[in-house]
Amino acid sequence: MAAGVDRDSVEVNSKFLTSSYKKYALHALWLAPLAFLGLFYFYPMGSILEISFSRTEGSQAAPFIQALASERVRRVLGFTFFQASLSTALTLLVGLPGAYLLARYDFRGKSLLRALTGIAFVLPTLVVAAAFNAMLGPRGWVNVGLMELFDLTQPPIQFINTFSAILIAHVFYNTTIVLRMVGDYWSHIDPRMGQAAQVLGANRLQTLLRVILPLLMPVIITAALLVFIFNFTSFGVILVLGGPRFATLEVEIFYQTVSLFNLPLAATLSILQLACTLILMVIYTRLSAKLTRPLSLRPRKFTQRKLTSWRSRLLAALLVIMLLGMLTAPLIALAARSFTRLDPEPGQHAFFASGLTLDFYKELTTNRRGSLFYVSPLTAIAVSIGYAAATVFLALALGLPAAWALARNSNSKFNRFIDPIIMLPLGTSAVTLGLGFIVAFNRPPLDLRASILLIPLAHTLVALPFVVRSLTPSLRSIRPRLRQAAQVMGASPMQVFRHIDLPMVGRALLVAATFAFTISLGEFGATALIARPEYPTIPIMIYRFISQPGALNYGQALALSTILMAATAAGMLAIERFRIADVGEF
Amino acid sequence: MIRNMVLLKIPTGMLVFFTAFFIAACTSSTPDSTAEISTPSEPYTLTVMTHDSFSVSEGVVAAFENEYNAEIRFLKSGDTGTALNKAILSKGNPLADVFYGVDNTFLSRALDEDIFEPYDSPLLADIDDGFELDQQKRALPVDYGDVCLNYEISYFVDQGIEPPQTLENLLEPMYKGLLVVQNPATSSPGLAFMFTTIGHFGEDDYLDYWKGLVENNALIVNDWETAYYTEFSASAGRGPRPIVVSYNSSPAFEVIYAETPLDEPPTAAVVSDGTCFRQIEFVGILKGGQNRELAEKWVDFMLSPIFQEDIPMQMFVFPVNSQAQLDNAFIEYLTIPTKTAFVSPEKIAANREKWLQEWTETVLR
Repeated sequence: MAAGVDRDSVEVNSKFLTSSYKKYALHALWLAPLAFLGLFYFYPMGSILEISFSRTEGSQAAPFIQALASERVRRVLGFTFFQASLSTALTLLVGLPGAYLLARYDFRGKSLLRALTGIAFVLPTLVVAAAFNAMLGPRGWVNVGLMELFDLTQPPIQFINTFSAILIAHVFYNTTIVLRMVGDYWSHIDPRMGQAAQVLGANRLQTLLRVILPLLMPVIITAALLVFIFNFTSFGVILVLGGPRFATLEVEIFYQTVSLFNLPLAATLSILQLACTLILMVIYTRLSAKLTRPLSLRPRKFTQRKLTSWRSRLLAALLVIMLLGMLTAPLIALAARSFTRLDPEPGQHAFFASGLTLDFYKELTTNRRGSLFYVSPLTAIAVSIGYAAATVFLALALGLPAAWALARNSNSKFNRFIDPIIMLPLGTSAVTLGLGFIVAFNRPPLDLRASILLIPLAHTLVALPFVVRSLTPSLRSIRPRLRQAAQVMGASPMQVFRHIDLPMVGRALLVAATFAFTISLGEFGATALIARPEYPTIPIMIYRFISQPGALNYGQALALSTILMAATAAGMLAIERFRIADVGEF
Repeated sequence: MIRNMVLLKIPTGMLVFFTAFFIAACTSSTPDSTAEISTPSEPYTLTVMTHDSFSVSEGVVAAFENEYNAEIRFLKSGDTGTALNKAILSKGNPLADVFYGVDNTFLSRALDEDIFEPYDSPLLADIDDGFELDQQKRALPVDYGDVCLNYEISYFVDQGIEPPQTLENLLEPMYKGLLVVQNPATSSPGLAFMFTTIGHFGEDDYLDYWKGLVENNALIVNDWETAYYTEFSASAGRGPRPIVVSYNSSPAFEVIYAETPLDEPPTAAVVSDGTCFRQIEFVGILKGGQNRELAEKWVDFMLSPIFQEDIPMQMFVFPVNSQAQLDNAFIEYLTIPTKTAFVSPEKIAANREKWLQEWTETVLR
């Protein structure tokens, strides 16, 4: 059992396990997650695909031939890959230096920085478009400033309906994924490894490239994969900011389903999108199994430094400015606008504030038209937080056993097969799955079509892959010898989990919970399909306001967005405070 | 080294709680269909499926509920197209008793899929025959709204030029770069505006008109929200373009929902002949519903003056019942076009895909 190198000990460990009944115990961990996916993912997806193809005229292969022969579909597929790759690369470029800052330095306001950079994740696209418009739009601050400065007659920056708008918005939304996942993992890597390399004569760059980067690789590709899939299935950003000249597969599925009601073609495109996701997952699974090494994770107490030298302070300041500038400036513009009174005369200049106002917030609390569907903002917050709490609970309860099973026995055939499948919901078209719910759960005892339960269930489908992916890199990197030692001393698998695994992944668990929470708070597509008008979430209410003309409606949408941002930040800070088993002390 | 923890005890408790919650919610979400066979003192439940933009006054619904000892449950199911798709896919075991909100651009899809049962409501007598697009009375008209060009009044006063009066005007150099329209493939007013041009110029010539619009620097965006709030100059978003495709009721919205009280709207709608497209919304009783009698009562109610008079201030569209009185505040700020461009639902159904494809290839390339 004495394994000289850590890599060998993985092999030993898995053999050790397969030789015993514990293998089956590990497979049993899959029971709940797979039952959940089977019932709430595969069953509705299967039902809608079956119904869609049953509407095919002629041979069953016709829609596939139609899709593959269509130049339009090929162009859409090409563009989908292109924009997703470029967006992911840019997101890593912005996120990795930020992750370094969060991982290696301990400074005041770090939790706040982490929360602020994560807010973007929950905002509905229509509001983000409004935020960017307040800054970069034809009459936004930047353009008006430049026009005055250089005496221009036309706004110099064109933002809406450009490819850059798509890229910038994707970076804006997804950088937090890199910051959180990579930042957390990095913070547990023993800095002595880098120091050892330097003692042996490596310079800083060599240390980074040859020591730190390989150690981080598993989590970097995990984060990159999640970002890529989000970009790959991007819908709102493409539609609202990219404009009519750009379409991803998801946009095309929406168009075929809603505008043309061509369900066979929509289903074919959904399958195409899923197939792309699945191929990525399989590549990812292979890669990550190759790249992962067990490590001695260190508590952050030992890995983080204070900002003492002027060099580190300058670097930190630059990184903080970059992150805040890119990720929160549009949010601040948005929040500021929700407190600003506009000049009643639409004059030459935009956003000429004639004073501060709370009118939009006051208006939120009045039911001016006596509408049956009026909901107070407090109720909407309570409903949103309620769904989010249920999502966090469900996603962790299902994701933890799945991640554990994956991490403990990553070489088993069963796990290698299951791993990519867990991720499928992320690559699934929301339009298709939404209709799947309608056709699948249509009779008792599972007539859930109008049930509010569908909302946390749908949110959990999206959150589950995030939870599993946030947890596995940390769980995998735990030295097997620690577990073996505990087992030798008579600990049951449950005790090993409680006393070894759980404390060591405590931080990752918080990261996972934060993802589940924010995914639920911001989700719009599935919620809009299922929402009972008495229980709208905040994004649904924002949409109700912004889809009507009138300055007060627009203002109320911005005010609610500001409330959503505050609720998100508060929720994320609260999760950070939640200490699991004194994680810092293991 | 490893501290003991209480963590795992909490989830066990929560698990029990959530399981109980799940079971409770499962059982409580199903009995709607069985509630109708219970004792008469229990209110009957009627489910009305509709789209996101539906709204109604509390008092109006309460009046119906009291009169018929009923409870109305509304299901909002996304935009018009999505809600209709849901209704079609749950045909046979419908989610609701009544579906409201399918409009003339989607009417053929609903009728071809055969989701409605015919109902000859006595209230149709008060409704102009022009609104009744389905002769078999499966879909009954409830309200209508017009998609028209809107413009910022002060821009044209300041520049000393006339606002556009016709579609042809928009091709003139003085309106270069002033117009923003929506993509008909993704937006309902965008689709209506494309139908306006088809109704006005004809199937064979509308694309030439669009080529002219593009040459005159018209901007095309995907959704109404971006067009109105990002690009249109008289909205609260203060965009750069003073002409937008919106509704003829939008100027009234701008007054009623003004930030500071206004005497008159900052915008106006162009309503000259053939420049607007009329969207008529219909209600129908879904096939396979549990409660035909109450569903009929509800349809009658939606066509009766009490509901019809509530429509304008709730949804900013207009009642089809000629007996309904329009609110004064409303009439003051708005004009209803006398002659709108027309394309029949059958023609729309037959050509939707072809037109959208042609349009995309001509305008977006």
